[in-house]
Amino acid sequence: MPSLGADMERGTLVEWLVKPGSKVRSGDIIAVVETHKGAIDVEIFEDATVSEICAHEGETVPVGGLLARLEAEGGKAAPLLPATKPEPAPAAAKAAPEPTFTITRTGRTKVSPAARRLAAQIGIDPETLTGTGVDGSVSLADVELARASAAKPAPAAKAARKRGFDPVEMRRGIALAMARSKREIPHYYLSSTVDMGPTLDWLARFNEARPPTERMLAAVPLIKATALALRKHPQLNGFWQDDAFQPGAGVHIGWAISLRGGGLVSPAIHDADTLALPDLMDKLRDLVARARSGGLRSSELMDATVTITSLGERGADNVAAIIYPPQVAIVGFGRIRERPWIVDGKVAARPLVDVTLAADHRASDGHTGGLLLSTIEQLLQEPETL
Amino acid sequence: MTKDEIRKLAIDILGGIAPEADFDMLEDDEELREALDLDSMDFLNFITGLHKATGADIPEADYAQLSSLQDVVAYLTAKTA
Repeated sequence: MPSLGADMERGTLVEWLVKPGSKVRSGDIIAVVETHKGAIDVEIFEDATVSEICAHEGETVPVGGLLARLEAEGGKAAPLLPATKPEPAPAAAKAAPEPTFTITRTGRTKVSPAARRLAAQIGIDPETLTGTGVDGSVSLADVELARASAAKPAPAAKAARKRGFDPVEMRRGIALAMARSKREIPHYYLSSTVDMGPTLDWLARFNEARPPTERMLAAVPLIKATALALRKHPQLNGFWQDDAFQPGAGVHIGWAISLRGGGLVSPAIHDADTLALPDLMDKLRDLVARARSGGLRSSELMDATVTITSLGERGADNVAAIIYPPQVAIVGFGRIRERPWIVDGKVAARPLVDVTLAADHRASDGHTGGLLLSTIEQLLQEPETL
Repeated sequence: MTKDEIRKLAIDILGGIAPEADFDMLEDDEELREALDLDSMDFLNFITGLHKATGADIPEADYAQLSSLQDVVAYLTAKTA
């Protein structure tokens, strides 16, 4: 059972996508595991043949427990699967194309309240209907159609699989990870205020001529600037393990996503420093959708080398964030807001953002942290270079 | 599209984004982002949904005109007329 983050103690194997004799390739999804972060697609990190399935569907397995045995290519038996993922993963492996093999999952079926009410009145389970609304949500029209055609709704594909994340378990997971962080990590905190004018002007021009499907959010240049700054200051990108700093192989940004109903998940955007801004936006859109409806990949929960938390346009002005262990830094962006700022010796109204850093003093000193914030600021003054 | 069709469309899209919301409790002049706790990604998905269903192009500069349900209905009624 892979550890999908410091806040995970166990997982429930809900579905095998391979069987004894199956040949698997690095990057394939081999199983679905239910955790407090929802249903996660578990990937394999070597080419091998499955020789034995040890954990059965429905079984809850502690982190590090045996799921299956593999026979590596060449005939040598490998003791354990996903937990043996090499860490940190070599950069070359990350450059491999995304596997084309994916499984279809609906996650939590979205049902509009009107549809839910009508469905309750006529005794249909709306979650069994095929949604035709935006994002595949079940709309009133779908329920009306089901009634009109008197069609029996199709049974849910996997009734056993829980939908979405478990808020109680998630709270517990966050409590564990954050308590460990505060207990073990000597945090230091820094803050800078950055003029977002150049970036927002650039963004408005970028979005002006584009349809909504291609528009970019302000989060995207913030992520890219942070990723580039971390590449320049690698002491803040990686893990504190075995009493030493282990630099991350690549800049994999954990993006903190708040979930409806409470809770938080920070899946990784791999190699964010190398992605063009529109590609980064596509990744972000996809990641947020999957974080909220189920279907994150195990690598996305294991690989983040740093976290960014952005409070959003209705959030607070700044955040003194808590590091997600074993990472060594977390960067926080407050709400972008017009405030007074000195430009050419005069007070002017500018869109400002407070950028904060919480970093592990075992791995770096405040001087390094200050350089990181300064680099982020410089990059955001020249958004066209991102 | 009629005003009622636009209103129903908007609520359907928002229902997909905020499945837990009770739209019977949503006032027509309430600020959508506030009332439904929409973040910028949610709001962009809402605009994208409206765009896909109506073909209206809804530039970013017009977002301020789409803050409540009645704003959305008025805006799209004009755009799709």
